[in-house]
Amino acid sequence: MDWSALRLSLELSFWTMIVLLPIGIWLGRRLAWSQFRGKSMAEALLALPLVLPPTVLGFYLLVALGARSPIGQAYEALFDQQLSFSFAGLLIASIVFNLPFAIQPMQRAFEAIPQEVREAARCCGMPSWRILLRIELPLAWPGILSAMVLTFAHTLGEFGVVLMVGGSIPGETRTIAIAIYDRVQAFDDSAAASMSAVLLLISLFAISLSYMATARLGKGRHNV
Amino acid sequence: MSDGLHVHLHQETPIPLAAKLHCAAGEVLALVGPSGSGKSTLLRTIAGLYEAREGRIVCGKHLWFDSSAQVNVATAKRRIGMVFQQFALFPHLSALENIAEAMLQYPKAERLARAQTWLERVHLKGLAHRLPRQLSGGQQQRVAVARALAREPEVLLLDEPFSAVDRSTRESLYQELRELRTELKMPVLLVTHDIDEATLLADRMSILDEGRTLQTDTPDKLLQAPNSHKVARLMGMRNIYTGKILAQEGSHTLIDWVGTPLKVGRQNNFTSGSAITWAMPTSGVLLMPSRNRSSDTLDNTIDVQVQLMLALGEQYRISVQHKDQTLTMNVPRHIAQRYQLEVGQHLQVRLRGETIHLMPSN
Repeated sequence: MDWSALRLSLELSFWTMIVLLPIGIWLGRRLAWSQFRGKSMAEALLALPLVLPPTVLGFYLLVALGARSPIGQAYEALFDQQLSFSFAGLLIASIVFNLPFAIQPMQRAFEAIPQEVREAARCCGMPSWRILLRIELPLAWPGILSAMVLTFAHTLGEFGVVLMVGGSIPGETRTIAIAIYDRVQAFDDSAAASMSAVLLLISLFAISLSYMATARLGKGRHNV
Repeated sequence: MSDGLHVHLHQETPIPLAAKLHCAAGEVLALVGPSGSGKSTLLRTIAGLYEAREGRIVCGKHLWFDSSAQVNVATAKRRIGMVFQQFALFPHLSALENIAEAMLQYPKAERLARAQTWLERVHLKGLAHRLPRQLSGGQQQRVAVARALAREPEVLLLDEPFSAVDRSTRESLYQELRELRTELKMPVLLVTHDIDEATLLADRMSILDEGRTLQTDTPDKLLQAPNSHKVARLMGMRNIYTGKILAQEGSHTLIDWVGTPLKVGRQNNFTSGSAITWAMPTSGVLLMPSRNRSSDTLDNTIDVQVQLMLALGEQYRISVQHKDQTLTMNVPRHIAQRYQLEVGQHLQVRLRGETIHLMPSN
């Protein structure tokens, strides 16, 4: 059992989830309620990681974050270390390929709040921050929770993009999915089996939570 | 300009609006029109939920919207109480919390105490902790009204507030609103497509069509003297016809209707020979008394044939034909039985000339 790989995977999943939470709420609300030019294109771009092969996405991310890219060079100038094949690079890649998993459930949840309910809040004299905290987030929370769990579980199991962008540096970029692959390559079936079982249990738990939240959201819709 | 609500709006697109109205403090003004006539848009504009291209909205001493001065006060800063068609209660908050949210200017404990008082005022004592889905339609409507009034609004906006409840609940809610309105000191705007509802609840009505205010007056005035064919039609009048002025004679005006001369109450603003539209309420068409002929000089006796009889509760709505024109009259059930009315029957009816209103031709 590669505990450092498991810890790294959990850390990567946790931080991806944390960074995507405000981004998802902001973009989800905007996409749910605003009409703007290029909205369909924006939605298509955000959904792209769902259909693109992980190796293709990983390749472009590697190019975008590599030492010769403007982003890579800027990061190196600031922090004196390479962005690709680092945890920070892995985190950026993870955020990008999780965008649809975070934003789409949140967008659906915000769309389910009737326009009249949001308008009623404004008519009550509630300031925007209070409408967000008191009305929108409580009504959308099952969708937000679902998005967070999906993001967490998806990051935990991602293989292709992580391998392309991070390689397999122990303690830095070797996640549990990659560690399992390495163990199988080394014919260490028992280690691969125990790590797979842990991943299976965590994923099952997370996805069950997501389904429970979604079921509650569906029920909530009937009642709105 | 400091009293009540003054609204003047104009735009061509995307939704045409040409509205001018005033609602005094304590007055109920109904905005009446068919679906798509812009009445809800007008209400949303007053609430600041929709921005018109041109116009001005002043409520009391406050300027809420002025396109020329680029003033557009945010909805949350306008003191409005709004009751939405589907009530728009916050589904995850209790009845009490729904009302308390409209009183953020008070500390939390005071908010809840005041909300409790409001619940009692709308006869919902004991239901404070129910969620909206645990309340009936009528109870939800009462919470919505209490929430709107708890805002201590400068104007109360009611957007078809009775359309989502059943008929019997509606009747009792009408009564409650009539009682409540004696205490209301602010202008009240009621959007409805139901003429009867507007007649029952409003002091004045503004008839809207395609975003335009066509005529604003008391319900009686609008029924007796619509200023155009369109207003007459929107007021639900069924007897609307075209004709020609024959002469102005003494106390009456003589008109020609498909070759039949009719005496109507004198209306001086038409000259002989001019084409007109005339309208008459269904109550202006009466069956001839079986024995006594009327002595009223403005009664016009005409021959008709019964075309259609519709039983509507206690009365019949009867369509009768005179030449190629159809007249509608309402006859109490027992009268219809006494006259043994039936489809195809020939009879005489009288048109009460004093109820005939003349309008310019289209």
